[in-house]
Amino acid sequence: MTQKLIIIGAGMASGRALEQLLEADPNAYDVTLFNAEPRGNYNRIMLSPVLSGEKTYDEIVTHSAEWYEANGVTCRFGERVANVDRARKVVVAENGDELPYDKLLFGTGSNPFIIPMPGHDLEGVIAYRDLEDTELMMSMNDSNKVVVIGGGLLGLEAAAGMAARGVDVTVVHIMGHLMERQLDEAAGYLLRKALVDKGITVRCQANSKQILGENGKVRALQLDDGTELPCDLLVMAVGIRPNVKLAQDVGLAVGKGIHVDDQMLTSDADILAVGECVEHDGAIFGLVAPLYDQAKVAAQTLLNEHATFVQKEISTKLKVTGCDLFSAGDFAEGEDREDIVFRDPARGVYRRLVLKDNKIIGAVMYGDTADSNWFFGMIKDGTDIADMRETLIFGPAYQGGTPMDPLAAVAALPDDAEICGCNGISKGQIVAAINAGANTLDAVKATSKAGSSCGSCVGLVTQVLGITLGDEFKMPEKETVCKCTDQSHDDVRKLIIAKQLKSIPQIMQELDWNSPGGCHVCRPALNYYLVCAWPGEEVDDGKSRFINERVHANIQKDGTYSVVPRMLGGITTPNELRAIADAADKFNVPTVKVTGGQRIDLLGVKKEDLPAIWYDLGEAGMMSGQAYAKGLRTVKTCVGTDHCRFGTQDSTGLGIKIESEMWGAWSPHKFKLAVTGCPRNCAEATCKDLGIICVDSGYQILVGGAAGLDLLEAELLITVKTEQEAIDVSCAFYQLYREGAQYLHRPYKWIAKVGLDWVKEQVADDLENRAALAERFRYSQQFYQVDPWAERARKGVDAHEFTPLADFTKVAAE
Amino acid sequence: MTDFIDIGHITDIPVQGARLVRTQRGDIAVFRTASGNFYAVDEYLEDKAGPLSNGIQHGEMVTDPMRNWVFDLATGEAQGADEGRVATYDLKIAEGRILLATAAIANQVAAE
Ligand SMILES: Cc1cc2nc3c(=O)[nH]c(=O)nc-3n(C[C@H](O)[C@H](O)[C@H](O)COP(=O)(O)OP(=O)(O)OC[C@H]3O[C@@H](n4cnc5c(N)ncnc54)[C@H](O)[C@@H]3O)c2cc1C
Repeated sequence: MTQKLIIIGAGMASGRALEQLLEADPNAYDVTLFNAEPRGNYNRIMLSPVLSGEKTYDEIVTHSAEWYEANGVTCRFGERVANVDRARKVVVAENGDELPYDKLLFGTGSNPFIIPMPGHDLEGVIAYRDLEDTELMMSMNDSNKVVVIGGGLLGLEAAAGMAARGVDVTVVHIMGHLMERQLDEAAGYLLRKALVDKGITVRCQANSKQILGENGKVRALQLDDGTELPCDLLVMAVGIRPNVKLAQDVGLAVGKGIHVDDQMLTSDADILAVGECVEHDGAIFGLVAPLYDQAKVAAQTLLNEHATFVQKEISTKLKVTGCDLFSAGDFAEGEDREDIVFRDPARGVYRRLVLKDNKIIGAVMYGDTADSNWFFGMIKDGTDIADMRETLIFGPAYQGGTPMDPLAAVAALPDDAEICGCNGISKGQIVAAINAGANTLDAVKATSKAGSSCGSCVGLVTQVLGITLGDEFKMPEKETVCKCTDQSHDDVRKLIIAKQLKSIPQIMQELDWNSPGGCHVCRPALNYYLVCAWPGEEVDDGKSRFINERVHANIQKDGTYSVVPRMLGGITTPNELRAIADAADKFNVPTVKVTGGQRIDLLGVKKEDLPAIWYDLGEAGMMSGQAYAKGLRTVKTCVGTDHCRFGTQDSTGLGIKIESEMWGAWSPHKFKLAVTGCPRNCAEATCKDLGIICVDSGYQILVGGAAGLDLLEAELLITVKTEQEAIDVSCAFYQLYREGAQYLHRPYKWIAKVGLDWVKEQVADDLENRAALAERFRYSQQFYQVDPWAERARKGVDAHEFTPLADFTKVAAE
Repeated sequence: MTDFIDIGHITDIPVQGARLVRTQRGDIAVFRTASGNFYAVDEYLEDKAGPLSNGIQHGEMVTDPMRNWVFDLATGEAQGADEGRVATYDLKIAEGRILLATAAIANQVAAE
C-alpha cells in the first residue's frame, strides 16, 4: 500500500523536497500538502522584483494548480495544521479534520521578527515576508511616505522596490552602515550612496523608540533622539525567527529551530523537517541555497536512501537594480589574515578579499561583481592562491596581466578641477602645459605657475605629469600619510576639496585607500582635514579622534584626567578661583598646578567625574580651556599699560580679544600665542606659534617660534599700526596654517616647508587675501565656538564616554 | 555550558567605540566595530598598555592611547614588533543585548 506523506507548509524548501521526491519515485507516497497561506508554492525571493514592478506574481509561481493535480498532490491551501498526535500518527487540521500519516515533513519556514516597541500592533505596521505584505507595499505611490526599519537585505529590497514606485522612503538602521553582516564599511558607504541616488533617505545609527499612531493607524516613527519620521506604512525588516511553535507544541526537540540530524530527521524518526524552521548542528538558515540541499537530502531519506546534509559557505547578493554587491565568507580583520583591497573610484568599484594561509576565506565586492562566482568558487574549494596573489584581486581575466593604476584618483579629476590654489591653475591647464612640452616638474612650474608658490600641490602636479606622460615620466618617491595610502598629506587635503569629499569612508573610496577602514594614523588626520574643509557640515567623526579630544580632557599616565578651564589672556577673578578651589575639594583633586600658559590645571580627576566637575566650573562661568586640543590653546599676556610702567599698549586687553575670537578652533597641531606689552617680552612672545610684541608705534607680529623639542625664535611677519589689524593678521595667519599644514605639523614645520616669504605674501602683502582668510576663519568659528564641556555637563552629549556600561564591583561587595 | 550575563544593549556602545565593564578583578573594555562585531578584552596590560577603551578602534583592532600599541581584539595579541597579549572574554549578542561570559567576572561568582 502507498504510504501517506503529509507536508506542513508549501514553501521553498518543502516545495523543492516534493519535486525531488516525485522525480525519483512518483508512486512512493500519497501526498497531502497544507499551507497557511491561501496559495501554493511560489518563489518567495522574487517578491522583490514583483514589488519593484519588474515581474508579476504569476511569473514567480513555482507550482501551479495544474502541477499539483498532475502530480496527484492533495492541496489544502489556506489551512493551517493545528496539531499533530504523534502517538496515533495523525495530523489535525484547523477545521478538526484528522489525517493519518506514515511520514510527516515540517516546512513551516520562519516568522519575521517584530520589535515589541510601543505601537507595533498599529494598522499599517507590517513585515516583509509574503504576498500580502508585498501587495500592501505595492499600494503605495508618490503621495505616500514609508519608513523601513532595518537596513539589511530585506529592508533595502523593500525600500528600493517602493522607491521605484515613487514612494518617499526612509530606511532606519541601527548599525553604523548598511548590511553590516554582509558588507564592510567601505562597501556599505557605496551602497548607501547608490540608494541615496535613488531618492531613498538613509539614517544609520538610528534607534527606533516607538511607533506613533492616530485612530489605530500608524502615523510616524519616533527615534530615541526625538525625531519623528511621518509615514503611511511602516515596514519592519529586522530579522526572522524559525517558526517552531507547532513542533514545540507536539513535543519535538527544538532549540533555536527544530533539531534535525544529517538526514533531516527530527527527534521523531517518522518526522522530517526542512527549511528555515530547522536547526542543524547549531546553525539556522536564512537563504535558499542550503535549503535546497536540505530538500534533496530529505527526499532521499523519505525514499530510504542514505544521504547527508553538509553546510556549505553561502554568499549574498542584493536584488536591487543598480546596486551590484556580493559578499561571502568571513571578512573580519585578524592577525592571521591579510586583506587585498582594490578600489576604482571612477567606476565606484570596491573589492576586498580576505586571505588566510594563502586561501580566500571572505570576499566583499561592490560595483562590479562580474567575477564573484570565480572568487566564491575559490572560497568553497579552499584553492591555494599563492601563485596568483599579486593579480588575484583583478579577477580571472587579469591573471598574468598588469595591476591597476595607482594614479586613478587624480586621473578621474575633471579638467576644471583646481590643482594649484595659490595661482588658480586647473588640471586642464597643467595638462596643456605638459602637452606643450613641459615634461618635468620644474618646467611645469615655470610655464604654468602651478606648484611655484607654497608648493603643497607639487604632489598632485607630479601625478598629473605621470598620467599625461605615462611611462616617459618617472614618479618620485613621496611621503605618504600612512601605510593605508599612496597619497601624501598635501595631496589628500587638495583632493578633499577638489572632489568635495565629506566623510572618511568617502575619502578612502575616492582616493583609493588600500585598507578597508584606515588606521589610527590616517583617521585622525582625515578627520581634521574634513573639520577644516567643511565648517558647519556634520563631518566630525569623534571616533577618529584621539582620546583627549574625544573626552575633552588630558589623559594622564594612571588613566585619570586633567582639567584646565579657560582663562582668557591669563586673567581670572576671585569667584573663579573660589569655584576652582571648591571643585578641587569636592572631587578630591590630588594636584592643583599653575600651567605655563597662565591658567590652572586640576590633575588626577576620575573620568566618571568629568561632567560633574565641568558642571560646577560652568556654574562659575568657566569653559573648557582646550588644553588637550590640536587647536587653539592659550594667549599668554603681560599686564601691559594697565599696571606696568614700561607697557606701551594694552597687551592684556589685546590678548583677551584674540583669545575670544580664536578659542574653539581646531588646527593641525596645538597653537599657542602670546601678547607682550614691550620688547622686554615678559609674556615670552618670541617662542610662540604666533607672538605679538607691542611697541610705541604699533604691533610686531612674529610667527613660527618653538620652545619644545625644537627651540626656535619666532620671525617677524609684519608690523601693523592698529589693534584691529593685529587681530586680523593673527586670524589670517592661523587660517592659512589651518588650511595648509599637514596634520601634526606645528607652524614652524609648515613654514619651513612653504617658506616665510610665501606666508608674508599671503597675509602681509596681499590685503585682499588677508581679509579673505580672516573671513573664512570667522565663518568657521561660528560652528566651532561651542563649549564642549557645557554640552557634556548639561546636555548629556557623549554620555557613554563617561560611565561604565556595567559595574559588577558593587554587586559583589553587597 | 558557559553562562552569560546581560551587560547592556548594542546601541549603548557607539560604532567604533568602547565601554567599560567594571569587575572585582579589574576593568574590561567592550568594543563594537564597524563590521558590527563585539569584543571584550582587559582594559589594561600591566605596565604595557591601556586604558584600551580610550584607544582608537579600527578594523578589528584597537590602538592603545598611551604607547600606540595595536591589539587584535579577537585574539588580544599585540601586533607588529610589540609583544604581549590582553585577556579576551566570550561575549555574544542576542535580541540586541550584549551578553558577557560570567567567567569574565569570575571572582565575584566564586565569592558568593
Ligand atoms: C522578500 C524576500 C526576499 C528574499 N530574497 C532572498 C534571496 O535573494 N536569496 C535567498 O537565498 N533567500 C532570499 N529570501 C529568503 C528565502 O525566501 C527563504 O529562505 C525561503 O523562502 C525559506 O523557505 P522555507 O520553505 O523554509 O519557508 P517559506 O518559504 O517561508 O515557507 C513556509 C510556509 O509554511 C507555511 N506554514 C507555517 N506554519 C504552518 C502551519 N502550521 N500549517 C500550514 N502551513 C504553515 C507558511 O505559511 C509558509 O507559506 C528572501 C525572503 C524574502 C521574504
